[in-house]
Amino acid sequence: MPGTETPVYGLMAEFTDTTSIVAAARKAHDAGYRRMDAFSPFPIEELGEALGYHTRGRLPKLVLAGGAAGCLLGFALQYWCSAIDYPLNVGGRPLNSWPSFIPITFEMTILLASLVAVLGMLALNGLPRPYHPVFNVPEFRLASRDRFFLCIEASDEKFDPGTTRSFLEGLSPGHVYEVAS
Amino acid sequence: MTTEPRSEITEQPSSATILAPGHTFATVSDKIGSIVLARGTRFGWLVGFTLSFCLLMVLLVAVSILLMKGVGIWGINSPVGWGFAIINFVWWIGIGHAGTLISAILLLLRQTWRTSINRFAEAMTLFAVACAGLFPLLHMGRPWFAYWMTPYPSTMGLWPNFRSPLVWDVFAVTTYGTVSALFWFVGLIPDLATLRDRSKSRAARKAYGILAMGWRGSAAHWHRYEVASLLLAGLATPLVVSVHTVVSFDFTIGIGPGWHSTIFPPYFVAGAIYAGFAMVLLIAIPLRAVYGLQDFITVKHLRNMAKVLLATSMIVCYGYMMEAFFAWYSGNPGERFMILNRMTGPYAWTYWSLLACNLVTPQLLWFARVRDSVPALFVISLIVSFGMWLERFVIVVTSLSRDFLPSAWGMYYPTRWDYATFLGSIGLFLTLLFLFIRFLPMISIFEMRTLLPEAEVEDHAGH
Repeated sequence: MPGTETPVYGLMAEFTDTTSIVAAARKAHDAGYRRMDAFSPFPIEELGEALGYHTRGRLPKLVLAGGAAGCLLGFALQYWCSAIDYPLNVGGRPLNSWPSFIPITFEMTILLASLVAVLGMLALNGLPRPYHPVFNVPEFRLASRDRFFLCIEASDEKFDPGTTRSFLEGLSPGHVYEVAS
Repeated sequence: MTTEPRSEITEQPSSATILAPGHTFATVSDKIGSIVLARGTRFGWLVGFTLSFCLLMVLLVAVSILLMKGVGIWGINSPVGWGFAIINFVWWIGIGHAGTLISAILLLLRQTWRTSINRFAEAMTLFAVACAGLFPLLHMGRPWFAYWMTPYPSTMGLWPNFRSPLVWDVFAVTTYGTVSALFWFVGLIPDLATLRDRSKSRAARKAYGILAMGWRGSAAHWHRYEVASLLLAGLATPLVVSVHTVVSFDFTIGIGPGWHSTIFPPYFVAGAIYAGFAMVLLIAIPLRAVYGLQDFITVKHLRNMAKVLLATSMIVCYGYMMEAFFAWYSGNPGERFMILNRMTGPYAWTYWSLLACNLVTPQLLWFARVRDSVPALFVISLIVSFGMWLERFVIVVTSLSRDFLPSAWGMYYPTRWDYATFLGSIGLFLTLLFLFIRFLPMISIFEMRTLLPEAEVEDHAGH
């Protein structure tokens, strides 16, 4: 974009090993930065903790709700069909023959819980999202191979182009990149 | 990105490791990624794909003739109405179970050796379920009415019979197929991002980019991703047990001699894992040889799978013993006749071949030398796969052909269309597998990275 005020999404530091990215994320968190994210080619538990993700979040509760809904729906479907909408007397046997409704109730529980687990994970992560400013850094494509990145966003209260850059450079990264918005 | 020299990687790692020493994040990513992204096609792949595709065409012909003429082209008739179709259904769905076991149960048990085999084992599950689902549909005679099995408000005013195991099967197998596909796809997302970032052609970058959905490896995303993976594993574990239990209910809820038995659910589940691990070995052994993956799928993997094979064979054989014991101990003349008929009747050769395949052959795995011999494992897996198919033949055919009423007895002779459909389903399975190997990473790249020593975070703040 032309002009002196190029909108900047943030500053991004590149690291080559797990120990330094975790240490960097910890230091940035300690320095008071909050609107930031780290990127790695595989899950690193310590990295999430360094950025302040200590709980399991909302997903397990959503999955439990999905499972409960599947369970109720599955049983209600069979009960309504067999006992209310089309009651068929087979030798005087009970219409609500609940033991034979268990397998389908169970399968529906698992089905809905799994769908919520996957769709919920994607939705909470804001995916699919084909475009994201971090992709503007050409080197970022190594984040899916062997590099680790820490990105402090310009929207952070403490963000200042000069001091944040020198803070990141103080973490001894390979490079510091400016992420175009 | 230029490839780092790989000379330091041991191609034949020592038998105790699950990943050859010398690999780095980059070499793991490049080696697995390049199988998919390399230009041109390997000759071996072309030959294998061509043969599989020919078999798939056999299926196409067999199914076309079936749809034109009806199930009369098969050998099924009264009293054996469940011929190859149900045998193949149970065989295929059982094979699928090993994939879920490897991806879900071994994940919960923190068995890191599963990492290099779980991806293609999950693909195997998916394709095996596809083959399995084909058979009950075709066996219906009028597959275009398959939707009658689902509960929908129809003009007929009827609902499916929810007390029938055949309807339970519809729910169990569709749930299993859906959850397996979800589990597989979730595992693929980070690797699709790797392929997106590494591919040089525009079309490949677009295709993998769309599938990766903009995955960028954010720590917040990984955190939720790990939670979701664990939850899915926890959900898939009881699911896999329930699916084969429901399949066994197709038999046990009926009162046919040899079917109405409480041993069936556990014995079916163990048999499924047994057949499935044999199939994983049958796929893993050629794959590692053709693509030079001995540093990822090591001798230790093959050895562990051989041990699972041996253990499950013992459980299955306990099932065979108990079938015979129950028949004798029950004092029921129908049951006693059933087991004697299996051992000495017209289908006796299938019963004794099944015992030779599933009981005698795997005993060789007690010897460490056999477990370490790759050709021996391949041959044993082939024999076990065949044996597990025979097991389902024995269960389906011997019980149906001679039940309680001698006047209703009849023999079952499969026709060439039975064989053609079965072989064709193997063609469908292999075709899908070859396409998977060509277009998707057959080993989970991101999980392999976590196995590397450099993935460990040294536990002191700052450095």
